[in-house]
Amino acid sequence: MAADEVRVAIKLGFSSGDITLIATAISELARNILSYARQGEILLRTVDGSNRTGILIVASDEGPGISDIRQALRDGFSTSGSLGMGLPGVRRLMDEFEITSEPMHGTTVKVKKWKQ
Amino acid sequence: MEVPILKQGSYLIATVQGALTDADLLELRAALLERVVRMRSQGVILDLTALDVMDSFASRTIREIADMIRLRGAATVIVGIQPEVAFAMVQLGLTLEEVTTALDLEEGLAYLNQKSKEARI
Repeated sequence: MAADEVRVAIKLGFSSGDITLIATAISELARNILSYARQGEILLRTVDGSNRTGILIVASDEGPGISDIRQALRDGFSTSGSLGMGLPGVRRLMDEFEITSEPMHGTTVKVKKWKQ
Repeated sequence: MEVPILKQGSYLIATVQGALTDADLLELRAALLERVVRMRSQGVILDLTALDVMDSFASRTIREIADMIRLRGAATVIVGIQPEVAFAMVQLGLTLEEVTTALDLEEGLAYLNQKSKEARI
């Protein structure tokens, strides 16, 4: 599922450990989209900081949205009957995490990983 | 990618060859359970050395495989989880606590042998 994304991360020069973290995060984000919104998209981009390079992953959907983001970010919380590891887990895998969601209109999750 | 399952005495050894889709995982679950029953296996080793991403679905399916095989009366050992994969799994909150793990195939076989020896006493 995440093979193309992994190639992008390899080209950027991430370590194999970081590539595993990035691929796992992408897989979880895709899983979230499938279980809550059925469809959506995941975009990848390189980002340049002042003296560092990283990867930006944007996962967005037009699903039902999240009414209580704070609750969705709590460990063990899930409304889809899954493991509830999704968002808090992805937040721990990556360096930066940002989520916006509007009930009935969809959810966008932006995460970044900087190259060490 | 289909996972080959080899019979070694009273044990089964399933060696993952690369990335697994959700369908591959479900197929592996069904195939292992069917073989355990058909061959009256006492133990199963699931070798994950070649797996480079383990997400929540893969982790849950592996736990289910181990549970089903245990209910059937056999033991399961997961071997070969790569250090990077272990790191990512723990960050994600996936600890597979209920499942026996071992370093590699050799250690996995040693565990199963020990367990069947204990069962005979």
